[in-house]
Amino acid sequence: MPGGNWGRRQLLISSLSFLAIGASHAAAAGFDSSQWSAGWNHMPPQVQPGGWTFFSPEEAAMIAAFADRLIPADDLSPSGSQAGVAVYIDRQLSGPFGQDTGLYMQPPFADGLPGQGPQSPLTPAQRYRKTLAAIDQYCKNGNLGKGFADLDGAAQDKIITAMEAGTLALPGVNSKAFFQMLWQNTKEGFFADPIYGGNVNMVGWKMIGFPGARYDYRDWIDRHNEPFPLPPIGLADHPDWTPPPTQS
Amino acid sequence: MATTLPHKDVAIIGLGWTGSILAYELATAGLDVVAIERGPWRDTATDFPPSWAPDELRYAVHLDLFQRPAQSTVTMRNNLKQTALPVRKFGSFIPGNGLGGAGVHWNGMTYRNMETDFNWRTHNEQRYGKQMIPEDMTSQDWPISFQELEPFFDQFEKLAGISGKAGNLGGEIQPGGNPFEGPRSAEYPTPPDKQPYGATLYAQAAEGMGLHPFPIPSANISQPYTNPLGVAMGQCTYCGFCDFFGCGNYSKASAQTCVMPALVLQKNFTARMNANVTKINLDSTGKKATGVTYVDDSGQEYIQPADLVLVCAFSFNCVHLLLLSGIGKPYDPVANTGVVGKNYAYQCTSSVNIKLPGKILNPFISGGAVGMALFDYNGDNFDHSSLGFIGGGVLQAAHTGGKPLTQLVSFPGTPSWGSGWKQATKENYQIGYSLGTQGAVQSYRDAYLDLDPTYKDPYGSPLLRMTFDWHPNELKMSQYITGKLAEIGKAMGASEVFATPAKAPYTVIPYQTTHNTGGAITGTDPTNSVVNKYMQTWDVPNVFVFGASVFPQNGGFNPTGNVGALAYWGAHAIKTQYLKNPGPLVPA
Repeated sequence: MPGGNWGRRQLLISSLSFLAIGASHAAAAGFDSSQWSAGWNHMPPQVQPGGWTFFSPEEAAMIAAFADRLIPADDLSPSGSQAGVAVYIDRQLSGPFGQDTGLYMQPPFADGLPGQGPQSPLTPAQRYRKTLAAIDQYCKNGNLGKGFADLDGAAQDKIITAMEAGTLALPGVNSKAFFQMLWQNTKEGFFADPIYGGNVNMVGWKMIGFPGARYDYRDWIDRHNEPFPLPPIGLADHPDWTPPPTQS
Repeated sequence: MATTLPHKDVAIIGLGWTGSILAYELATAGLDVVAIERGPWRDTATDFPPSWAPDELRYAVHLDLFQRPAQSTVTMRNNLKQTALPVRKFGSFIPGNGLGGAGVHWNGMTYRNMETDFNWRTHNEQRYGKQMIPEDMTSQDWPISFQELEPFFDQFEKLAGISGKAGNLGGEIQPGGNPFEGPRSAEYPTPPDKQPYGATLYAQAAEGMGLHPFPIPSANISQPYTNPLGVAMGQCTYCGFCDFFGCGNYSKASAQTCVMPALVLQKNFTARMNANVTKINLDSTGKKATGVTYVDDSGQEYIQPADLVLVCAFSFNCVHLLLLSGIGKPYDPVANTGVVGKNYAYQCTSSVNIKLPGKILNPFISGGAVGMALFDYNGDNFDHSSLGFIGGGVLQAAHTGGKPLTQLVSFPGTPSWGSGWKQATKENYQIGYSLGTQGAVQSYRDAYLDLDPTYKDPYGSPLLRMTFDWHPNELKMSQYITGKLAEIGKAMGASEVFATPAKAPYTVIPYQTTHNTGGAITGTDPTNSVVNKYMQTWDVPNVFVFGASVFPQNGGFNPTGNVGALAYWGAHAIKTQYLKNPGPLVPA
């Protein structure tokens, strides 16, 4: 069917609306305006920590190691992995993001110019799997002699710096593009709503003073230059309501 | 095998701002109207509830409300020598999808064309001489005047409850408003929004420099309001979740917030959702549309016969449909023939990031159109004689929120990750502020839309191909007005000023703005335009096109005010002229 290329999420939405409206055929056949039916939208489910849905234990250890160098534990916040970054990325990669659902994935694929945007035929899930293996091989086979997760912090930082600069030569992998995706996803795991499995206990929001999903600042719009006193809240969470989830 | 449906008077393609306005105007005039929309139904209360709508990952990063590139996308190249490649993931611009279209996720800045934006080419040639216009610049006059369109600007502002302060009431300049605007027939329907700290500091600094700041005309409304359709809106809560988000508080004007509650009561209106129009059908003469063909989300194809077809999709999607349907002659930049796809333009944005040490800006207290703006360097409000470019842009303090994934204010020289990044991110969160420009973009012979020779959509039709790059006029303009904005930033007491004017080449990443214009432009005759002054296509008089694709070039501000006014202007012409005597409203 023509809609066959739309991603899983689109299909999910379509099928939900199908049930709610009574059938898109029915709508197409000319139901009048008294037949409106809405309410098929919903809040995302709360990600639960524990286990891995995409990563192998070795991959998960690598992601945790990356997260802890990109966002180290210090006075400002716990580390990336303590904030749930690895859980967040794991759940994203086994979901619609990892499969690139909704993106235009028709061939031919060509490299193009940087300004023409990403042109990879690989999904994020495939890119993570392939690149993590390549990085680990690079570390084990090179003069480092250990996998990435087992290197000391300074050695890990060297690898990350080389990836960021695009100078880490990995077979068949653009290390710079992967770094950009990994760092973006790491920040998401630190700053997105805790419902997605990261930003545990809202540590990312607390670090900068973002109040999260609050929706009414009418009493504050003209109180200029004053610290906002209330703690952050999440879509399904408030620091006072639930203890921080235990880490996997 | 396509199923042919019962005849309708009017088939509307796309149910955003223009589609809903036209549907309401024509259904209440007694016509049997069907709107056919590619995306899903979306209601204010159920789809954007304040309890879970403030979700930055879902809406601003994963772009949940938008057209999926898998549904349809465009290919892009900078010039005719390059091979266009598909925009696989939307970045620079993001078309809307579903009820409300791009008018769901918009910020709500609701400007009007100034008087000289209408006679733009003539005005510049008269003031500066014809040599001021580069040979390849194809900007042209609108075939409409400000005075003709004024009642319809007013009508749209009243529909949307726009909050603002008039700067020119019937020719009298008003303190606190925009003195450069054309004469208004009425004040804004609601008073201006309250201003957060950063925008207040900006206005103080600008005033001190002799400039003319005014509150941005805002569709995030300042107080409860009931519009002429009887639909009630609520007061904006300054939550800072506007751009990329729907507003469940009934505070940001949109089709579902301002029109649909009245439209769904009309018995002679029907909407078909998740239904993608693939073609406007013509009769054997090619001069008359017989209706449209669409495909629903199960793959079933339908033919909807109709007397009148209104193309109300996102701007470049309208151009795509005209090209796929064979309406009008496709533009050829080499032969310099044809009109459909001609004069694609965009918005030339830039930013100035500043640090205001010691301040507590609380950036999360904001709204999409909450802020202060000035028009001193917009349009032809300043002398261009020695500048080497025409046009300008609005300079704004509209920091639309403090969301950490998309709105952190960054500065050069800070570490990109690690503890140093954390330190800088924390420090800059309260003292960092981003000022911005929305620059005009002139039209050019080599900036256009046509059908891609290689890439197809899920229906097997060619994707639309965009050929676009920044030209010297816009780069000089951006350099100049961004420099002026940086001066205001300095006067605000900034310890650091980081200005990023536009630079070539144009790229499809990162996000810039969804102010794509042109391709089905309006003009005085069929040789210079696709639609006449009433947005009626020259070639097929029972097909009209609404939205920003009709702009001959793009002005230095957000387009929705113009888009809304043109929808009412066209509806008025259809009701008072076309229905009485269906046929061309302007002799070709």
